[in-house]
Amino acid sequence: MIRDFLVVWRERGLLIDGLENTIVLSLVATTAALSLGALLCPMLMSARASARLAAAAFVDAMRCIPFLLFAYIVYYGLPSLGINLDNWRAGLAALTLYNTAYMAEILRGAWAAQPREPIDAGYAFGFTGLRHFRRIVLPPLLLSAAPVVGNQVIQIIKDSAFLTVIALPELTHAASSIQSRHYIPFAAFITAVLLYWMLCLTVEACVASIGRLAEARR
Amino acid sequence: MNSSAPSSRHDARPVLTLSHVSKSFGSLLVLDDVSFRVHRGETICLLGPSGSGKSTLLRCINWLERPDSGEIQLGGVRIGITTGGLVMTDRDLSRVRTRIGMVFQHFALWPHMTVLQNVMEAPVQVQKRPRAAVRDEAEALLAKVGLSDKQDVFPAKLSGGQKQRVGIARALAMRPELLLFDEPTSALDPELVGEVLAVMRELALDGMTMVVVTHEMAFAREAASRIVFLDRGRVVETATPNAFFTAPASDRARQFLLRYAGNDGRRVAGLEAGSPT
Repeated sequence: MIRDFLVVWRERGLLIDGLENTIVLSLVATTAALSLGALLCPMLMSARASARLAAAAFVDAMRCIPFLLFAYIVYYGLPSLGINLDNWRAGLAALTLYNTAYMAEILRGAWAAQPREPIDAGYAFGFTGLRHFRRIVLPPLLLSAAPVVGNQVIQIIKDSAFLTVIALPELTHAASSIQSRHYIPFAAFITAVLLYWMLCLTVEACVASIGRLAEARR
Repeated sequence: MNSSAPSSRHDARPVLTLSHVSKSFGSLLVLDDVSFRVHRGETICLLGPSGSGKSTLLRCINWLERPDSGEIQLGGVRIGITTGGLVMTDRDLSRVRTRIGMVFQHFALWPHMTVLQNVMEAPVQVQKRPRAAVRDEAEALLAKVGLSDKQDVFPAKLSGGQKQRVGIARALAMRPELLLFDEPTSALDPELVGEVLAVMRELALDGMTMVVVTHEMAFAREAASRIVFLDRGRVVETATPNAFFTAPASDRARQFLLRYAGNDGRRVAGLEAGSPT
């Protein structure tokens, strides 16, 4: 058993590359999904029915597709519509679009729970449109939604493992190639699990520090 | 004692004119043909039982609620509807709203900003005034409401009375022509009401033009130039505080005073020996 882990140690270059790719995928997808989600959220809250229904349809559609299937569609399905994405672009697009829906819904829930008056005060003091959302509505939303957003980031990290099916060289992919090369599934996969766990602990530490910021303002 | 604004100032064009303003929520008529004027330097207290439409009326003035009919003018220019008869764009509404300060019942401070940032936010972001000058003015305003030492604190760390004084400083920082107060002391513990009323009294004496929705009868009596009494969405009575509190013209006002104005009210309502009805 120890020898198995020594083999994993010798192949650490592969794992580190995989870990780096998982981190890049998760960071880019989180940033993009949160930004797009923040743009989609006002549509979910819009007084205009057409905007609201379109946004809600997208959110519901995404939430009802298994991520693995969605990744297949983006990578293998879109080419038949003439859209060819390489595995990196397809993986990022799938991860981002899928989680945009979740982020928008998380922010919408947090918005609905905000007290009405400070938002009204924004209008009363002359804020309108996007500036009103960005300056008055969004910052308290992000503070109060931080724990749930953090949870979703962990979901993104875990979902990124599915991208091994489109040959993206992320952490699961790396562990999988080590095990198939050396027939040491336990050592290879347990090491990957520990690395995922480390990533999630980091996310939780970030959420905790945002929580402290929020606490000072609550 | 009953008026801080001499009547000679009233000849000028009114700051605010409401003509025949009506508003319904569904089938419920909340405001029914409300008209009155506010002149420069006046403090108008809107009194009336709960649910009489006072807060809705206040929110119609800056179009946080859209009136169904009637006309509201600020400095002679119609609010909410353009000269072409169309509903104003958000931009135009924004421009009007920056001329009207508003103080909210639950303070409505922006929780993610410090006290100073709250006061500076709209002048810098909406009015686009230079940050340094706004900062000086904001610090002066916070000094005026007695909160210089709190400027870098988040609202969550303040008492209700302090929050509301920040709310007033924030409204004043817009250099408004008119200040609206929506029950500014209703959410406060009784011992904190005084500090907020003191600031408001000072503003009234300084000649600020104010419309105040309140249940603080002592404040209304002492600081108001005029009382507008609302019941079931209608203006039932407009009077000087002295006239309103000693000899209200309507039965409804008498009943209202009886319920809300303590001993004063009972005397007015003729429940004490020797007083006229």
